[in-house]
Amino acid sequence: MPIARARELMATETGHDPKVWRALAELGVAGMLVPEAHGGGGQRLLDAAVAAQALAHAAAPTPFLGTSVMAVVALAAAGAEAQQREWLPRIAAGSACLGVAATELASRRAGAGVEERGGRLAGTSLFALEAGVADAFLVALDADRVALVPRGARGLGVTLLPTIDRTRRVAELRLDGVSPTAWIEGAGAARRMLDAGRVALAADLLGCCERALAMAVDYAGQRQQFGRPIGSFQAVKHLCAEMVAELEPARSLVWYAAHAFDERPDEAPLLAAHAKAHLAEIGTRIVRTATEVHGGIGFTDEHDLHLWFKRVGLGRQLLGGPDVLREEAARLQGW
Amino acid sequence: MDLSYGPEYDAFRRELRAFLERNRERAPRGGVVAAAGSRDPALLAWQRLLIEHGYAARTVPKQYGGFGAEPDLLVRIILDEEFARAGVSPGLAGQGPQMLVPTLLEHGSEAQRERWIGPTIRGEVVWCQGYSEPGAGSDLANVQTRAVEDGADFVINGQKIWTTTAHLADMMFGLVRTEPGAGKHGGLSYLLIPMHTPGIEVRPLGTMTGHAEFNQVFFTDARVPQSNVVGRRGEGWKIANTTLKHERNALATVGQLEAALARLVELMRQETRDGRRALDDPALRDRLLRLQARVLAMKYHGLRMLTASLRKESPGAAGLVTKLAGCELAHQIAELAIDAMGELGVLYGGARHERAGGLWQLQYMFSLGLIIGGGTAQIQKNIIAERGLGMPREPRAARIEP
Repeated sequence: MPIARARELMATETGHDPKVWRALAELGVAGMLVPEAHGGGGQRLLDAAVAAQALAHAAAPTPFLGTSVMAVVALAAAGAEAQQREWLPRIAAGSACLGVAATELASRRAGAGVEERGGRLAGTSLFALEAGVADAFLVALDADRVALVPRGARGLGVTLLPTIDRTRRVAELRLDGVSPTAWIEGAGAARRMLDAGRVALAADLLGCCERALAMAVDYAGQRQQFGRPIGSFQAVKHLCAEMVAELEPARSLVWYAAHAFDERPDEAPLLAAHAKAHLAEIGTRIVRTATEVHGGIGFTDEHDLHLWFKRVGLGRQLLGGPDVLREEAARLQGW
Repeated sequence: MDLSYGPEYDAFRRELRAFLERNRERAPRGGVVAAAGSRDPALLAWQRLLIEHGYAARTVPKQYGGFGAEPDLLVRIILDEEFARAGVSPGLAGQGPQMLVPTLLEHGSEAQRERWIGPTIRGEVVWCQGYSEPGAGSDLANVQTRAVEDGADFVINGQKIWTTTAHLADMMFGLVRTEPGAGKHGGLSYLLIPMHTPGIEVRPLGTMTGHAEFNQVFFTDARVPQSNVVGRRGEGWKIANTTLKHERNALATVGQLEAALARLVELMRQETRDGRRALDDPALRDRLLRLQARVLAMKYHGLRMLTASLRKESPGAAGLVTKLAGCELAHQIAELAIDAMGELGVLYGGARHERAGGLWQLQYMFSLGLIIGGGTAQIQKNIIAERGLGMPREPRAARIEP
């Protein structure tokens, strides 16, 4: 997707292009984690991580994280047969999207949190994902229970929250006596959904880092000051070398975290937390440093670099900021 | 990287574990650092036993005294894991087995391989590296130690510095200038120098740690056969760069980082301030978790780099960052340990209340030496940027011929 198109979508209400999403569905991306029996690719999180990285590289506005990764993981793990049949084939076809409200699994801002009373949901969830296009939301109450709530449900209010990152839409969900159409419980579904989301975000952050670094190196080779390319000055070289030295080991960490989700479930929660926290830390340093390598032009709206600066900014905070994740990692190890 | 073990690997692991159980009493005490240059008969016997079973010198060809197995990533991982788990010495370390042997396998003559590889991997011959000089550190090609032809010999005059293990070594592999007219890089040869040659004097070089881990080596008309050149005369720079590649990978090993982190966690469980464990202090805890993420990243990075080298693929820029990232991380781990100990962290020299024999402070200082040695962090960044990212080189000042 050319950046010009991404910028156009960023300015729209939903930030979504159904034609692009259907094309990604035809490529097998939208449904890559959907089991083959439901018309999907039957692939693993490691494959989805590669896709997430590529989508981030393009700063593509898509509902991949919430719909293709998190919702599919939850439904495939513990959804009832009827729920799987209703949603999974349409997700794979690119004709339906699911949003995910799971922020409060990681931490709660003042006043946020959703509770169940007598089968009905009440409360608030902030930063629900894919809010621009979701036909329904998966609302996580705690580590074991996720509720499925259609967008038009009585008692549900969805308010878009503009953030710095216009390539992704998040919303505040307000629930007042909402009856879920289904519950997704057991099999650690909420935990798996959260871990998958964190790994996909880590891969997204990796894609942003790669793009920012490539732009910085390219720019440093072109931009001339003092009669020579700025990349020939040691100070600029060292900034770029420092970015690479952070990025390459982090790449391996993301891949292993995805692999752990697929093959070593005991290690998955710890690796997911660490991968996402670490990519958030190096991510903010890398997009900042890349901006500095660009000098003044990196600060302009006209130059595209700030799209990734902001995508990293949002990615850093979603599903647990780095300090929250580090504390979770400590607790997971009994420290 | 394919991390799925199969039944043959499980069998290998079982056999290895059984071997370690049966034989752990025969292993010498002490870590890898203690072993460098050691002549301890128990260590040499242990090394011979390990080679016999293929647990050391595994991929060195049989004809030179090694076990002769094909390189295998999973076997390497299993070896590292099981020896670490058992807390048993994995055998000889040092510049001979780790740097000279791979170099001879790549560049040495058949006669040199036959003469040196077996005794080196068995610990019978101890080596030191003679590269740096007072005037040739980061600019290593500026080596001035001269080796002048005299009949079938070279006569050597000059000085080396930062020579680890020189006081214990039988042999040195050194970079010397043999071709005066051939320019800075083209004038160097890679020479094997017996340390007991008359005219060679070794003097200890004290460092900030309070020990003398390094030496200076002075050459005054020291005579060495010309046949001790590895490769061809004038090829020394190319060959030395092979050795440096192996040094950089050895310097910041993942196993050491993981072990240091584990010791740090243990320390933070034990140390308290105002009645609270260091592990429960939010600021220290957060720093610990940051370091753990980095250690994990280096672990999986190491596996990825190993996979690439086993497949003889070039990992590009990624292959150039290990030394820089690993040494910095080792330093930061020691730094946190010291902060977790507070005042007790600066005790040194056997003081009362000193923890771990002052080891953390030693590691903190020595790891700074490692950040600088083997290619400074700033040189690493130049290499990463220029060779890894293809960034333009700085315009050179006029070349000065030695």
